[in-house]
Amino acid sequence: MSDRPETVLQTPQFDARFPNVNQTKNCWQNFVDFHRCANARGEDFPVCVQFKKTFTSLCPIEWVDRWTDQVENGVFPTKLD
Amino acid sequence: MMNLDIAYPLQYGFQDPATPVMQGIISLHDHIFFYLIVTTVFVTWILSVIIFEFKDEFFSHKYIRHGTLIEIIWTVTPAFILISIAFPSFRLLYLMDEVIDPAVTIKVVGHQWYWSYEYSDHAWSIEFDSYMLPTSDLELGQFRLLEVDNRMVVPMDTHVRLIITSSDVIHSWAVPSLGIKLDAIPGRLNQTSMIINREGVFFGQCSEICGVQHGFMPIVVESVKMDNYISWVNNMLDEA
Repeated sequence: MSDRPETVLQTPQFDARFPNVNQTKNCWQNFVDFHRCANARGEDFPVCVQFKKTFTSLCPIEWVDRWTDQVENGVFPTKLD
Repeated sequence: MMNLDIAYPLQYGFQDPATPVMQGIISLHDHIFFYLIVTTVFVTWILSVIIFEFKDEFFSHKYIRHGTLIEIIWTVTPAFILISIAFPSFRLLYLMDEVIDPAVTIKVVGHQWYWSYEYSDHAWSIEFDSYMLPTSDLELGQFRLLEVDNRMVVPMDTHVRLIITSSDVIHSWAVPSLGIKLDAIPGRLNQTSMIINREGVFFGQCSEICGVQHGFMPIVVESVKMDNYISWVNNMLDEA
């Protein structure tokens, strides 16, 4: 595929809010932060892009799909505005 | 060919280490074994003197009831032995604990009964399942019940973050040569890291009983040089 950007090694770094083995909240918090950010400033706002990269790297694809469905149907169990 | 990145029949030692963590685990094991052997020999000797000699001599005071000095000695000495085991153990534990500067994040998801791997650091995700090869499909030199169709490819000498979880029941992702054994728990993301210091193919198995095919969901990690890893990622991205 020619539209593939050049592959660089880039991944979310250590986050002092989540120093433990359990990273569940790290994934979830970045997903929520992304949607709050996107609702406030739009998806292409640089900070929102960073949130999206982080939760994409950390969250299992199955979780992201399920949560995204919930957000679209308005049943995601957290306020996003 | 010597291949010590897998188990061999009647094995009682470790497989060859491929990460600093596994080297640390083996050093700690040897360190603890020193105290273990000294203590075992000493206790066995005293016990056998008491049992077989059955007389009142220097190391078997049959009729002793009180002795402040000896009680202090047999309390303080084990305390120092325990401290000298505990501190190297804590040191290793905390070295393994934090993931400070990772370059790659790989998600490992346990299923009944296979593993799947997700690489999501790139423009779009690489996602594939890793099933055991049935015995009938094996080629000469491949390992029965250990080979998989799609190996997890990782770059060597690179700090890799692993996010381990499950989609159904508890599994456990374990590779002895890498010194990793971490439970895959549904609804929870467990994080660990590894730096593999050589190229190679490392084998492991699910280590938490997870159903009838628990013994048939092996793990294969292929460690490659960085440029080979990049071209593998590019190929996978193009196919996705």
